[in-house]
Amino acid sequence: MKVRAQIGMVLNLDKCIGCHTCSITCKNVWTSREGVEYAWFNNVETKPGIGFPKEWENQKKWNGGWKRDANGKLQLKIGGKLRVLANIFANPDLPEIDDYYEPFDFDYQYLHNAPDKKHQPVARPRSLITGQRMEKIEWGPNWEEILGTEFEKRKADKNFDDVVQKDIYGQFEKTFMMYLPRLCEHCLNPACVAACPSGAIYKREEDGIVLIDQEKCRGWRMCVSACPYKKIYYNWKSGKSEKCIFCFPRIEAGQPTVCSETCVGRIRYLGVLLYDADKIADAANTANEKDLYQAQLDLFLDPNDPKVIEAARKEGISDNWLKAAQRSPVYMMAMDWKVALPLHPEYRTLPMVWYVPPLSPIQTAVESGHVGMNGEIPDLKSLRIPLRYLANLLTAGDEKPVITALERMIAMRAFKRSQQVDGVEDIDVLKQVGLTAVQVEEMYRYMALANYEDRFVIPTSHKAYAENAYDLKSECGFSFGNGCSNGNNNVNLFGTSTQGVRQVIPVVSED
Amino acid sequence: MSYFNTLAFGVYPYVAMIILLVGSWMRYDREQYSWKASSSQLLEKKQLRMGSILFHVGVLGIFFGHFFGLLTPVELWHVLGVTAPMKQMVAMGAGGLFGLICFAGLTILIKRRLGNPRIRATSKKMDIVILFLLYAQLLLGLFSILISAGHLDGAEMMALMMWAQNIMTLDLAEAVQHIAHVHWIYKAHVVLGMTLFVVFPFSRLVHMFSAPVQYVTRQHQIVRKRFAR
Repeated sequence: MKVRAQIGMVLNLDKCIGCHTCSITCKNVWTSREGVEYAWFNNVETKPGIGFPKEWENQKKWNGGWKRDANGKLQLKIGGKLRVLANIFANPDLPEIDDYYEPFDFDYQYLHNAPDKKHQPVARPRSLITGQRMEKIEWGPNWEEILGTEFEKRKADKNFDDVVQKDIYGQFEKTFMMYLPRLCEHCLNPACVAACPSGAIYKREEDGIVLIDQEKCRGWRMCVSACPYKKIYYNWKSGKSEKCIFCFPRIEAGQPTVCSETCVGRIRYLGVLLYDADKIADAANTANEKDLYQAQLDLFLDPNDPKVIEAARKEGISDNWLKAAQRSPVYMMAMDWKVALPLHPEYRTLPMVWYVPPLSPIQTAVESGHVGMNGEIPDLKSLRIPLRYLANLLTAGDEKPVITALERMIAMRAFKRSQQVDGVEDIDVLKQVGLTAVQVEEMYRYMALANYEDRFVIPTSHKAYAENAYDLKSECGFSFGNGCSNGNNNVNLFGTSTQGVRQVIPVVSED
Repeated sequence: MSYFNTLAFGVYPYVAMIILLVGSWMRYDREQYSWKASSSQLLEKKQLRMGSILFHVGVLGIFFGHFFGLLTPVELWHVLGVTAPMKQMVAMGAGGLFGLICFAGLTILIKRRLGNPRIRATSKKMDIVILFLLYAQLLLGLFSILISAGHLDGAEMMALMMWAQNIMTLDLAEAVQHIAHVHWIYKAHVVLGMTLFVVFPFSRLVHMFSAPVQYVTRQHQIVRKRFAR
């Protein structure tokens, strides 16, 4: 047993209101630079939809993630090592900028300096790549917001596979939607790391954050294709790939990531997970896709088990990390209550950002007698979001774990409702879903009240022990380039053209 | 003329090689953030696939052809039983083939870089300069095949080989002597080739040094430790 610790995340989709605060705060902090205008380390998609970039879940098209070959060996879907190198001159699986969208800005200044005219001035869009006028914006970062675009296009969503009669969900009366905030999954078996020819991408041992070494990256672009979540972005300006860094400077200081901190719906949870690193290879290579969820659960170690604690100490995991692991909301939701599920486990990357499936309108229908009951709990088959759809999203098509999660959430609601409205402790409803009253009170505390201290249990890293402050004196700080220079000053022979210059063409006003 | 020959074929090669090595070393050490292949595939894919693959296949063939063709000691060719005329025929054939492949690719790449508005707008000056330098060098090389076809005894090729080998062994005067009387087109090709060495560290060409061959033997996953224990 080789114990390692990782800060994992859970997103409670049942509470996501799709406000995009996470995306915007993330963008303002990390990707408001030239070259990555199009990149969203965190984005929120409305499902069903093809998402961002277009059809990212369709691995027949993009070849992301891993596959088990005929001999039962785990291999990157983009191909073995030699094939990766053979494609280095032109990567056949790389999305183009239009698969994301052409980044644009508007001529806002024109609203200020437009001359007196018959019509109100308009701020027209302009490409942030060419600087030229864009007559029509064809696609954007969140084009399918709240079921935007026609169903004919959105139904290409891979999660509709095997959903019975998917066409009926195009009807107004039958339609459904949910939000899916997405970021880098900081996988246990990351395909991007495995695909990087330069070896520039790595997983940090101490907290599991996957990072790209910007100095070592040579821009071979294989990570972009290998990542099945399409969460690595190629910066066309710097010629290097960039990805979500899980706000590691904040995590190290014990603070939540920016997306989590600013989430107004309080849907995000951060906590330590202990796992057995020796078992990763076998877990990722589980024969049946539907067993991958369970295989990943089996990797996680009980932080209260004395044997685990002892082994963890041997690996140098400090006591405050172990203490945090014991209070980890992520562990509770994934392991104790089984309400959190991984996103697309069939990609075999063992993702570490998990999701609580959303409930969908059903209760009022139950009350007016339209929906059958299954004991105390409404029949989940009549949920507005098809179970099959959620299962395709979260458990490689296995509906059972999704049913368990949803039933437990419904049971929690039923229990608290009878307790607080009728003054009755409805234990029957809990028995049906295998929960105790104590557990449900905890679930309620964590999932409904969701206090800050409960949502974010992040131990600080012991930087002070690792670094000698005296050696760091007069060093270069944290910046692009070599720390002291950004490689971009005017006399630099090696540098790129100046960052942040927006080509502005004058607006001609026609009277 | 002999002064010019000494300067261009005796001194310039060393200047160029020193700039190549020291410049690359400095850039790698100081400005590694700028060390990259500088791909523009994200902004345009279709033409790049055609152009880049053709170009790289061609240019790699040409590179290794030159490397082994110029620097393999003559004695070794004797042992292998390869005579100068034979070697010249192979060099012309293989060089011509890879040259034409490279020419097709480079033509597509230049057309793309200047013609595609996204690529044009995001190009650095050096990206364009380097394309045209390579294009000129390639054309000189291809035309030199026609000149070579006029004398198939392999003597001029041998002279160029001896020049290159004498440069490597620091026999400067001999090197200049060998190359003094070859056709001007070869001389132009050599001078431009040395000029490519000079611009190498200041351009995207540096990605050649980072050809990721170690990837083949590397394990898939990489985990970095914070604490050195």
